[in-house]
Amino acid sequence: MPLNTDLKKVMIIGSGPIIIGQAAEFDYSGTQACKAIREEGIETVLVNSNPATIMTDANMADKVYIEPLTVDTIEKIIAREKPDGLLAGFGGQTALNLAMKLDDEGILDKYNVKLLGMQLDTIKKAEDREEFKNLMMEIDEPVAESIIATKISECEEFVEKNGYPVIIRPAYTMGGTGGGIASNHEELVEICENGMEQSPIGQILLERSVAGWKEIEFEVIRDAKGNSMVICGMENMDAVGVHTGDSIVVAPCQTLAPEEYQMLRTSALKLIDSLGIEGGCNVQYALDPNSKDYIAIEVNPRVSRSSALASKAAGYPIAKIAAKIAIGYNLDELKNYVTKTSSAFTEPTLDYIVAKVPKWPFDKFSKAARGLGTQMKATGEVMSMGRTFESAILKALDSLEGKFIGVFMENIAALPKEELIEKIKMCDDERIFAIAQGIRIGMTIDELNELTMIDNFFLNGIKNIVDVEVRMKNEELGAELLKRAKKIGFSDKEISELTKVDVETIVKLKKENDIDLVYKMVDTCAGEFDAQTPYYYSCYEDEDENEISDKEKIIVLGSGPIRIGQGIEFDYCCVHGLWAINEAGYESIIINNNPETVSTDFDTADKLYFESLYIDNVMSIIEKEKPKGVIVQFGGQTAINLAEKIDKLGVKILGTSFESIDLAEDRGKFGDLLESLDIKAPKGTAVSNLEDAIEVAHDLGYPVIVRPSYVIGGRAMQVVYDDETLERYMTEAVNLSEDHKVLVDKYVMGTEIEVDAICDGEDVLLPGIMEHVERTGVHSGDSITVYPPITLSEEVINKLAESTTKIAKELKTIGLINIQYVYDGKDIYVIEVNPRASRTVPILSKITGVPMVKLAVETMLGHKLKDLGYGTGVRKNKEMYAVKVPVFSTEKLGDVDIYLGPEMKSTGEVLGVDANFDHAVYKGFKASGVKMPASGGMYVSFRDIDKEEGKKLVEEYVALGFKLYGSLGTCEYLRQAGIDCESIKLTKIEEKINKKEIDIIINTPTKGNDKLRRGFRLRRKATEHRIPVFTSIDTAKLFLTAIDINKNSDIVEYKTMNEYFGK
Amino acid sequence: MSGIIYLEDGTIYRGLGFGHTGTSVGEIVFNTSMIGYDEIITDSSSVGQIITMTYPIVGIYGINRSILDTKGLNASGLIIKDLCKDPSNYQSDLSLDAFMKELEIVGVCDIDTRSLTKKIRNIGSVKCIISNEDLSVEDLKKVLDETKLKENFLDECKVEKSHIEGNGVKLALMDFGGSETIIDVLKEKNCDITIFPYDASYEEIAEINPDGIFVGDGPGNPKQAKLAVEVVKRFLDEKKPMFGIDFGHQVIALSQGVDVMKMKYGHRGSNHGMYDANIDQSYIIDQNHGFVVDEKSATDKNFIVTHRNLNDETVEGLKHESLPVFSVQFHPQAQVSFKQTEYLFDQFINICKEGK
Repeated sequence: MPLNTDLKKVMIIGSGPIIIGQAAEFDYSGTQACKAIREEGIETVLVNSNPATIMTDANMADKVYIEPLTVDTIEKIIAREKPDGLLAGFGGQTALNLAMKLDDEGILDKYNVKLLGMQLDTIKKAEDREEFKNLMMEIDEPVAESIIATKISECEEFVEKNGYPVIIRPAYTMGGTGGGIASNHEELVEICENGMEQSPIGQILLERSVAGWKEIEFEVIRDAKGNSMVICGMENMDAVGVHTGDSIVVAPCQTLAPEEYQMLRTSALKLIDSLGIEGGCNVQYALDPNSKDYIAIEVNPRVSRSSALASKAAGYPIAKIAAKIAIGYNLDELKNYVTKTSSAFTEPTLDYIVAKVPKWPFDKFSKAARGLGTQMKATGEVMSMGRTFESAILKALDSLEGKFIGVFMENIAALPKEELIEKIKMCDDERIFAIAQGIRIGMTIDELNELTMIDNFFLNGIKNIVDVEVRMKNEELGAELLKRAKKIGFSDKEISELTKVDVETIVKLKKENDIDLVYKMVDTCAGEFDAQTPYYYSCYEDEDENEISDKEKIIVLGSGPIRIGQGIEFDYCCVHGLWAINEAGYESIIINNNPETVSTDFDTADKLYFESLYIDNVMSIIEKEKPKGVIVQFGGQTAINLAEKIDKLGVKILGTSFESIDLAEDRGKFGDLLESLDIKAPKGTAVSNLEDAIEVAHDLGYPVIVRPSYVIGGRAMQVVYDDETLERYMTEAVNLSEDHKVLVDKYVMGTEIEVDAICDGEDVLLPGIMEHVERTGVHSGDSITVYPPITLSEEVINKLAESTTKIAKELKTIGLINIQYVYDGKDIYVIEVNPRASRTVPILSKITGVPMVKLAVETMLGHKLKDLGYGTGVRKNKEMYAVKVPVFSTEKLGDVDIYLGPEMKSTGEVLGVDANFDHAVYKGFKASGVKMPASGGMYVSFRDIDKEEGKKLVEEYVALGFKLYGSLGTCEYLRQAGIDCESIKLTKIEEKINKKEIDIIINTPTKGNDKLRRGFRLRRKATEHRIPVFTSIDTAKLFLTAIDINKNSDIVEYKTMNEYFGK
Repeated sequence: MSGIIYLEDGTIYRGLGFGHTGTSVGEIVFNTSMIGYDEIITDSSSVGQIITMTYPIVGIYGINRSILDTKGLNASGLIIKDLCKDPSNYQSDLSLDAFMKELEIVGVCDIDTRSLTKKIRNIGSVKCIISNEDLSVEDLKKVLDETKLKENFLDECKVEKSHIEGNGVKLALMDFGGSETIIDVLKEKNCDITIFPYDASYEEIAEINPDGIFVGDGPGNPKQAKLAVEVVKRFLDEKKPMFGIDFGHQVIALSQGVDVMKMKYGHRGSNHGMYDANIDQSYIIDQNHGFVVDEKSATDKNFIVTHRNLNDETVEGLKHESLPVFSVQFHPQAQVSFKQTEYLFDQFINICKEGK
């Protein structure tokens, strides 16, 4: 059937904030869906609470609602928009669950909205464990022995019959939240109870463990007519037992014989046929490596992280095609958008191998449990393509930007054999390096296979890499060895480190022996048809098929994998940068390695290089393309870190120069610069021993803020109030040495302010200023941020503008600059300057209507702000409020403390927008998913310095009718002030939490991250029970506003961004 | 051991040798299947072909002898990128390398197979020579020039007449050397099958008085099967039910005066989508053919196009307006589409029953 012409208006639901298990992939698929539907002339209405996304851009849908993703909000929007259809298959589990609730509550029927694409009974059959199991039995497809349980007694009975270990999966949760493997009764009870709690319907699945089997995934697609095919088969290198989001995954399937492959393919197509899938779908299998036994693990009836990966891996736009299916098209009516000649109904065939490696947050959360299991922990991923497994995996590892040489990691090389074996067995994020070390010390492939259940093919691949590594260490580097090393995937720097031959000699040797990197096209058809896709990867082969146009080109360096501190916002900036480059008449080129993003979609840039952002790869592309210049300021720290190297190699950096970037990062020089401009910054000194540290701290006066000088961003940063804590920090938290100094700065207490500006070298434009709700000491990414400032006087704002203008001009900024200030009630101090795009650029662009990235590109091309139509200086504030609220994924990461501090912990953010400030606050909290109790039990525990302020806060909560509990000290303090408070011990508070008698916790920690401390345990426990926990008085105070509005939430209105703008 | 491929147009690709040490001349083709190298090199349709696998890593799951039919003829050469020397599958008996030595198939690896594939796409399935015994380019050129590309493999692939008893319809199967997997399906369906070699006469086949005739598969140019074309024509004149696959499909077309042409580089793989007008559905098919029926001449001769390739819109299946005959160009017996294509076999068996 062709296009359904009854559809005039379609609503699309996004996936909300980035959390572990639901990342940028849904911005990618949602954006594709919006475009696919809009180009058919259908009016699109988009709802998403995540402001950092491309999909919430004004030009992505006809109407954009940046509003909370909750049933009541969506109902109100449906009531005013009256869409004909609803598309819920492109916003992850969030959108799917919302669609189910909208249906359950009769809202879809009430407003006569047709659910497009995946139908509800299909979703139920696929997602409800019991229904899925029944269906599988009906169609004679094997599933693991399992039961659906809602009570612990049922779990115990199952284990009695089937034995341990068992896998627990909660129904309707994403990324395996609340799941796990239980090997004994204690674990069983804990995981099951938690799983029931996490599941929105209180249901969990207990399943016989098939740990150790091969994990195979199929991305399949089917239309309403029943035409179906496999887009891409994928094989997890890690056997069943590790969440697929945490596994190294390769595509296509490598180790399956045709019989096995066809068996699973047939099963997958049969399965989606019986489910009546309309659109893209993911099916996961476990296959016994020693027989034909297999089981279907699960079906995801929507586009997913895997489908984003499969789309990029195969070059097939799954979300786009799925959206076309949802509005009526059949697969055999559509053309392949990549080749433009062949049919969309052709199974992609690859002539390269794809490797995906997850990016874990353990560098940020050094205390987190690193072990990998059924609950996903990765925040992002990298993908690479090569002509061999070895080269693909090495390129992917390069893309992680970690500290290792190929598969060699120094701290693992130091492990004794027993510990190494333990590490290999445990399976953590460093296992591939541990396996390589195992090979180095003579462990056999069979031994390693027994320990890991990783297929010998992959283990042999790692061995091949190690063999070349060993040769490089022992042999003289000749042409043959160099060729072998390059082909297998070592970078020049790695070869240099292993052979002790300098990079210049290696480069020369490569030139002399014609060892050249070439580029191959990704075309979905292995070269069978002529394709025009501008989508390339590098390899060492004979023919370079990279077609270099004679247009003038600009290259944008991407931001790599999503990680804490470097999220989707930089992809937003890259994408807008590419578009602006096009509009200015240049050819836009992107280099990036993140398969989840819009920037790596095949039609975003004029040319896409799916490559590691490693200097070798980047330079090789620059040498081929000979661009007018390279933009480094959009790709976060990843791109900024490349500035020095490419600058040294004589490449033109467009926008702020490397000297300026370097100046902003050099503490001494930058301090001098500020001084010359008469701008204040917190005083501080770098120290290399404890005595100096204490002396400096005493000079400055406590509190001070301490951090290592050698790491960028907020890692290992801490606010210190006394000698004791400083001593502990200096001795335990950091490795001190002359090269590794610690910075001790005066902690200026006050309001933190975020300023983003655009500078053309002469003039500066400040589209808007944002103010943090939490006082200084909380990382800007983790604090609630408000636009426009609510506490700052015009005088302060003028000072900020003046200072920003001075700094931007003095730094010779061309393009974007981000400055963080603190205002202590008297003066403003500069605390950080980033001569690049920042986390707040997408938000500010949206709420001020100033296309910041586009203007930045224009300035880089020599245009002046005063000619660009948005003026200069501080822009007049819009008559609306925007409240950015961070969202954390700490429920997924055991052992991570949730207290707010100078180290960033949030993974994503939401935005509350309204003409009324209180309503915007309410929307922000609501969108973040935090529960908003009207009354109930409240537990408080303040450190001494917070007690006075805490008292005032508590009074307001008590006035609302909250029953107060508190720690011994806090209670005593409150009672003395005449406030009724029941003191309880920690053991009792946990009991009360279990009994659901506590609804809010305010706990300002004396010291975070210490697992043995009571406060830490309390905060973890509360997180697991999804009780709002506030570790900053300021957040808790703002929350009162949200609670207040929540009581009378009917008055809150939901509008499009244009309506807020008064357009 | 070095390896070399020399194409008719003078293009040279150099890599490393593996498999059987030797030199052979054949038609260069590429196959886009990402797995199935074992079946592809032992498929009799591959006779005379030097096959380039577009997927770069080959040999991972080794060779499982029990599922392969190795009595027939094999490919003349195999060209790949990355040879997996240590197969990893519980059913593997030996490595691809060792197996190719046994079957005397010449292999060259470490080739930029994407470059070669695009070359074939541009110049077509030309004559080429593959060698891994260190011959000079001059020698290779000489051998290549002296060797004529073979189009007729009927004699080499000739089967013996045989009988498989069944209690279903009685079928005569005209085998051109590549019908093993078709026979497996017919056996499954309890057909009583008599297999005839390519040179069986009308009288020999008529003697068993079959309910229907199955025109099977085989390698080479269908125009070489002159006798079979005549035999098919005579049976169709009698309105004998008939079903043809691949080579058989082409023979049926030729018997009605329809033209069959050589394709530039054929269809070899299992990923193309195809529209089946009989059931108004599309599905993915497995195919291995270098010739195709000309649509215009088929419709002129009263054939209806029932199956069509979605990529290049070529004819993938025909049905005659009045005669009880239909045929397909692809492999309906292959697992990739069997769920959708099994009906073709059942339909044929039903027509045979009706005609009884």
